[in-house]
Formats: sequence, C-alpha cells, structure tokens
Amino acid sequence: MYKTFDVAIIGGGVVGCAIARELSRYRLDVVVLEREPDVARGTSSKNSGVVHTGINVPPGSLKARLNVAGAAAFEALCRELDVPFKRVGKLVIAMRAEEAPELQALLTRGSANGVPDLEIIDSETVRRLEPNVSGYAALHAPTAAITCPYSLTIALAENAASNGVAFQLESPVTSIVPPGEAFTLTTPSGLVNALLVINSAGLHADRVARMAGLSKYRVYPCRGEYVILDKSRCGLITRMVYPVPPKGGPGLGVHITPTVDGNILLGPSATYIRGRDDVRTTMAMRRQLLKEAAELLPGISPGDAIAAYSGVRPKTVPSSRGGFGDFIIEEPPETLGMLHLVGIESPGLTAAPAIAALAREWVLRYLPRPESPRFNGRREPSPRFRELVAESQAALAAVDPDYGQIVCRCELVTKAEVLESIRNPLGAKSLISIKYRSRAMMGRCQGGFCGPRVVDLLRETGVPVDRITLRGGGSWMFAGTTRGTANGAGRAPVTTGAGDD
Amino acid sequence: MIEMERVDVAVVGGGPAGLAAAAAARTAGAGRVLLLERDTRLGGILNQCIHDGFGTKVFKEALTGPEYAALAIRRAHDAGVETRVDTTVLELDPNRTMTVISRNGMRRIEAGAVVLSMGCRERTRGAIGIAGSRPSGIYTAGAVQNYMNLRNILVGRRIVILGSGDIGLIMARRLALEGAEVACVAEILAYPSGLARNIVQCLDDFGIPLHLNTTVVEIHGTDRVAGVTLAEVGCKGGIRRRTRRRVECDTLMLSVGLVPENELSKRAGVVLDAVTRGPVVDDAYQTSVPGVFACGNVLQVHDLVDYASLEAEKAGTSAAAFARTGALPAARIRVLPGAGIRYVLPQRVTGGDAIDFTMRVSKPARDAALVFSSDGREIRRLQQQVLAPASMARVRLGRGRLEGLSEVMVEVAG
Repeated sequence: MYKTFDVAIIGGGVVGCAIARELSRYRLDVVVLEREPDVARGTSSKNSGVVHTGINVPPGSLKARLNVAGAAAFEALCRELDVPFKRVGKLVIAMRAEEAPELQALLTRGSANGVPDLEIIDSETVRRLEPNVSGYAALHAPTAAITCPYSLTIALAENAASNGVAFQLESPVTSIVPPGEAFTLTTPSGLVNALLVINSAGLHADRVARMAGLSKYRVYPCRGEYVILDKSRCGLITRMVYPVPPKGGPGLGVHITPTVDGNILLGPSATYIRGRDDVRTTMAMRRQLLKEAAELLPGISPGDAIAAYSGVRPKTVPSSRGGFGDFIIEEPPETLGMLHLVGIESPGLTAAPAIAALAREWVLRYLPRPESPRFNGRREPSPRFRELVAESQAALAAVDPDYGQIVCRCELVTKAEVLESIRNPLGAKSLISIKYRSRAMMGRCQGGFCGPRVVDLLRETGVPVDRITLRGGGSWMFAGTTRGTANGAGRAPVTTGAGDD
Repeated sequence: MIEMERVDVAVVGGGPAGLAAAAAARTAGAGRVLLLERDTRLGGILNQCIHDGFGTKVFKEALTGPEYAALAIRRAHDAGVETRVDTTVLELDPNRTMTVISRNGMRRIEAGAVVLSMGCRERTRGAIGIAGSRPSGIYTAGAVQNYMNLRNILVGRRIVILGSGDIGLIMARRLALEGAEVACVAEILAYPSGLARNIVQCLDDFGIPLHLNTTVVEIHGTDRVAGVTLAEVGCKGGIRRRTRRRVECDTLMLSVGLVPENELSKRAGVVLDAVTRGPVVDDAYQTSVPGVFACGNVLQVHDLVDYASLEAEKAGTSAAAFARTGALPAARIRVLPGAGIRYVLPQRVTGGDAIDFTMRVSKPARDAALVFSSDGREIRRLQQQVLAPASMARVRLGRGRLEGLSEVMVEVAG
C-alpha cells in the first residue's frame, strides 16, 4: 500500500516550489513530482529574473492582483531564503516623440495597480541616470527589482525539503486517477496517492489537466531567446532598460536587464513554437537581439556575448488571437480536489509568492491543519566568496582552506562552494545542478577550465565517470576511458595541491 | 590580519611564459622572484600536450609538452625562483600590490615589478553564437585534451570538429588514435587556421576530411548531441542555405580561437589592444602600467611555445631591471600595422637597441615582402616565400635603425 500524501504538487518550477514551501508551514504531508532531475529546469530558470512592479498588466486582472501582491512580499522572501534581490529600478524608453503617449498609458495603468513612485522623465534625466542609454523620454519605475530565478526556485525547494516536503525528481506524471478516497498519480518510479493535487506543470499544465479528464485548457508555447553578455560590460547600465512594449505583441519587447551576478541579459524575443521543450536558439534571433539592444544601448557589440539560451512561455492565447491572456487559477467542478494553474507566464516569477498564498488558502479550506512548530523558513546564508570583501574572504579561508581554493576562475567559485552544491538536499548531481547552485562553469570560459575540476570533485563524492551527466537523463558527458587505462580509470586524480611549497 | 610580503618580481601564471620570465628575472639579478600558479601544478597547458614537437628552439630537441614543462620548471627552480601552486591572484592594483589566495589563506604581495603570463582561454559556443539546442557533448578542444590526457576520459565516439586551430587538429589525431571516429573538420575560412604540418600529420595521415568555407549552423539533440548541420559560407560571409547538410555525431568539438585572459590586467588599468586582446606593450614588454610586464599568450596568441618562452625571457629581464631602477626608458616611437598586417608587436618602441617584432598577416600570401617604413621612407624590406595567418612572422631590426623616428609602419607588399 502506498503512502497517501495530503497534497501532491505536479511541477518543480518556481510556483510549485513556492507552494511546497508555503505548505510546509503546516502539518501537511506534501510531495513535489518533477519530471526533470532537478527543480527549476523549465521556464523558471530561463527568464529575465525581473520582479515586476505591475505597470504591464491590466488593472482588475488576476495577473495584476498577484503581481502586485507578489512584488510586495518578494524582498522579505529573498532575505529569508538568502537569495539575491536588488531593487535596481527600470526605465521604459520612448525612442521617439510618437512613443511618448505609451509611457503615459503605462503610468496610468501602473498607478491604477497601485505601483508607487512612477515618473516620466525627459531625455536629459535619462542620460543622467543611465549615461549610456539614449531616448526621447522614459518612464522610471524605481521599485522594479531583479532576482536570480533559479536560485530562488532552488532555495524554495531546499527550504521546503528541510521542512519535510518530499521531492520526487525524474518523476513525470503519466496518469491521474481521480478519487475514490484519494487521487492516484502514476510516475515511472511508482504510484503516488494524494488527497489534493496542485497542477503547476507550467508548459505541460494542459496535458496534466487532460490526464484528470479536463480538456478545456490549451497552452501555446512561445519561445523567448536571450543573449548573455560578459561581466566586463556590467558598467553599461545599472537599471533595467525596456523599450515601449510592441503593440499587441506577445512579449514586453527586447529589453536589457542587469543580472544580480553582474552580467547583462538581452532579450527575450517572442516566437510561437510547436514543441514545448524546444529551447533552441537561432542565428537570426541572436543577430536581431544584438541589433535591437544596440539601439537602446549603443555600447553593446556581438563580441560581448558569452552564452545564449531560450525559455518558453506557457501562453493561454494563440498567436492568431494575440493580446492579453490572464493567469488561470481554478478548481473546476469536473476535478474537485485538484487546483489548476495554467498560463503562468510573466509576471509568474513575481507573482509566485502570492500564488503560493492563494494555493495555501485553497488547501487549508479542505485540510484545516495547524501550523507546524518545526517550520523554519530561514535558509542559513552560505557564503558566496565572489561577493565578499577581501577581509571576509580571508577570514573564511582561514577557517576552512576549501574557501582558499578557487575552482572556477571566471566566477570566483571556491572548492567549498562546489562541494556544498554537490551535497544539495535534493540530491541533484548533474553538472547543471552544480552550476545553478555554485555558478561554477557559468562564466566566460563556460566550464572549459573548471569543468574538469568539478568533474574530479563529483567523482571524489562517488559518482562514476560514466554516470556524470549535463542535466540527467540521456545527457551523458563521457563515453568512457581511454585505451590502456587500468581498471577503475575512474579513479579521480588528487586535486588538492600542496599550496605553498 | 592579511599577511603582507614583499618580492622583487612577481610572475602571475606558471606556464611556459611565466616559468621563462621568472627564471630570466632571477638570472638578470632580481633578488626575490615569486611565481604564482592557480592550477595544481606548474607547466600550464603544456601538461596536457602529450604530442611532441616542442622545444626545438629553446632546448634544441623535440620534446613532448610535459617534457618541455619539466625542463622549464627545472630551469626556474635552478635559477632560484620561488613557486606557489594552487594560488589565485584575485586583484592586482596599479601600484603592483596583489591580493592572492590559496589553501594557506589570503596574502598581499607588494612587487617591485609584475610579469603577467596568465595565458589564454578558448572561445566557446556562446562566444561565436552557434544556434540550436543545448545538449551535452559540446566541448572546446582544450577541454577535450584535458579530459583525455590528464584524466584518461574519452568525451565521445563520433566527433565533428569546428575550426582548424592547432589544438583541434592535434585532438583530431588523438581521438582517432583512441578509436573515436572523427567525421570531419569544418573551417569557416578559405584556409586552415592551424600550421601546415598539423594538417598533414593530424588530418591527411588519418583520412579525416577538412571542409573549408564551411561552418556549423545548428546543433541538434535534446539530451546528447545527435548531429550538427554544416553549411558552406559564401564569399560575403553569408550562409549558402542550399549547401546545408546534417552530419550525425555525438560530440561537437570547437577549436575556434583563443582569447588572452586579461581580466586581471584590465582591473589593474592595463590598456589592451583591440586586435590582439592582449596588453599594449613596448620593446621591454612593459604595459601601459609602469612596472607591469606581459608575455606569452596573455600578450598575443603564439604559434609555437618556444617563441612564447623567448619572448618571456625578455619580459622577465626587463622586469628585473625595473625592480632595480624603478623606471625604464620611455618608448616614444609608435608602431602601426599597415596593409595586410593584422597586428604587430610591440606597439611602442624606444628605438635604441635591436628590436624583435612579431606580427601576423591578415591573409595568406606568396612571394610577398614585409616592409617597414616611416613617413613613406622604406627602412627595411624582407622578402618572404610564404606568409600565413597561422604562423607568426618575426623580424629583428638592428640597433639604431629607428632612432629619431616618431612612427614606423609595417605592411605586406606584393
């Protein structure tokens, strides 16, 4: 007989993990089912990392309400979980006089949503705030902020796990049998029973709903490509720089976003696609992103790019219809006991804390459990060497020599940090899991130098060379060992050097 | 609480250039010479270059990379150089104070002179922007070499190589010898980027096809690389769509160029050359920051290690002189690349002593001349049978030939 959970959450994106962590405050047995070998593998890791103010969403919509409520809770949440959060502010640039009325429209809409301190500024003020940006006028939203979306998702998941939530990775749900007593969910690793089910499957939310016999949803995948610029360009801007949103288009336009780590993101594009997991990048779009971004910020050149990636938005409106599509968060009568979250695209990251609160209320209505006395919402800060001043770095290395050994030179990641990321509470061991947690392999050499050293550390913890993957599944890294290598070539070379000699 | 020490010459990077610079600084009379290496051992990339052909100029015999490294390390130690491995220089300020960290903790090091010899890194997929999916199985050639030669790990079974740089060619042979299948090498240019001897010995001898004017336009595969699409490049650099064809493979190996690793230099205020992406230097190999010198691949990407060592010896000798005197003669004569020259080093010269210029041409040429001139007056002309971008050209101008000039230009003349 399988254990029956109180709540099964399908999908370990930022929303699923935020809900899991919110529910871990209560005496509830919660499981998160994630099809990938780690959390934050879909849309949650491939977006702009922006905490939106609420100027882009129509007043009265669910998006507006949850955006504003989520933004209000965001900073405290990041502080509690030791996740980077920077209130850098945002400029929406009108390039020409004709675009200026658009700024007024955004200001009016933002004010209606309760966004504070919005202001329209002239080109001279734009220059003063952002000397490298040119424009006719701009809307300044000083409360807009940035975070690291995958760090937040991982932090939510790891905090939830430490508060008792079960995470079943590599567990795509393949069928849902509605209750007699409880829902029965099938995954490759076995059956999972749960009294309540939350469908936060993102791009696959419509398919999950269909498994439960509900066919009214349809997700239209819309890909956004990004280009990442080298940290040496970080001085170009301090705020987010957006164009006036293209009329009727599916996105906010190609914008320039500083990341919390000091890179600059260009993008995203917006292309409706067929395959929901088709996160390829294209040459045409790379060229276009660099071109459009250079119009806002003339200092950018193609040589500054260090990487590119794509994320896919789960839209509820097809390209043929266009326009605004609201979040769908509901429990239709056909699937009582199952809450569906459909179309959680931008501003989904910002809204995540508010969506989690909404889901909590829904769960507590069915299962009015008391708060758990064991709950600890704080995630102990672990040092990020690269962000510390020299004196603090010295103090760390004095206590633990592993903080004195730099493994990743581009991002200044120490051995201690890589080891900590390998020992993560979710047990995710692929290279991307280590990369997202430690930032090793994320810099300008993209793992050319530190990759082999990370592989050594992974092998020292007992992962054999033929089991090392980029992102789990069939993404094997190595075909085996070279000829004439003695048995167990798998033995990792010694990586700790003698230090001074 | 951060310990402070003082050295005469500090050398950043313990590859062939750093080792030669440090040894030369000691030989030239510098008291305390300290070499800092961030990897676990000295020798740099030579340690993973197990093929031979190194050392014919410096050690007068053909050596493997590790053999060359061992001799260079012995020379440095015999000269009395202090070395520290697993030690990373975090900061260098314009007054030549460095912040370094190792398992033994953090230190500040004040140096009378600093030699930068951090080498270079490989250009990546992201830097050149290859489109497609993002599966595992995309490696740079140097990383493949590291996994194979230092860790006995094979990265794949059927490999397509993009770029005909020397490391890529060497690795094509190495992979073939290990029983992996190298499907082809694609080179976007109309001529190979690597040395002619490597084309013959690493591709032709193993029947590996080289496709010129060809590049990878898309990567396929969701988990692991499943194939790549190759296409020919037209004369204006555009993709010829009708030539697109898919090649099945499980690995794409990139050998698409090296970039001098100058992040530390930039933070110290060292001015870089837009073409070499290394520091602007004078004939003492001094950068724009007084007392900070540069040599080896952090200055310019070399074709042969021997020349990196020889260049480094001069930089090390100059650093010792600066540490002793606190200043070197000002270099006032500007050196400019003219027609057909991609870059020429040094960019500024004093004009007193004999000067060794190194340069690369923009495109291959036969029976052409390298011409040095000033204000239209020819100073020196050297007839060359072959000029190729893959090989550095070296020219020595004797003592006094540039005296009194303000500018000298180098160009390729038919």
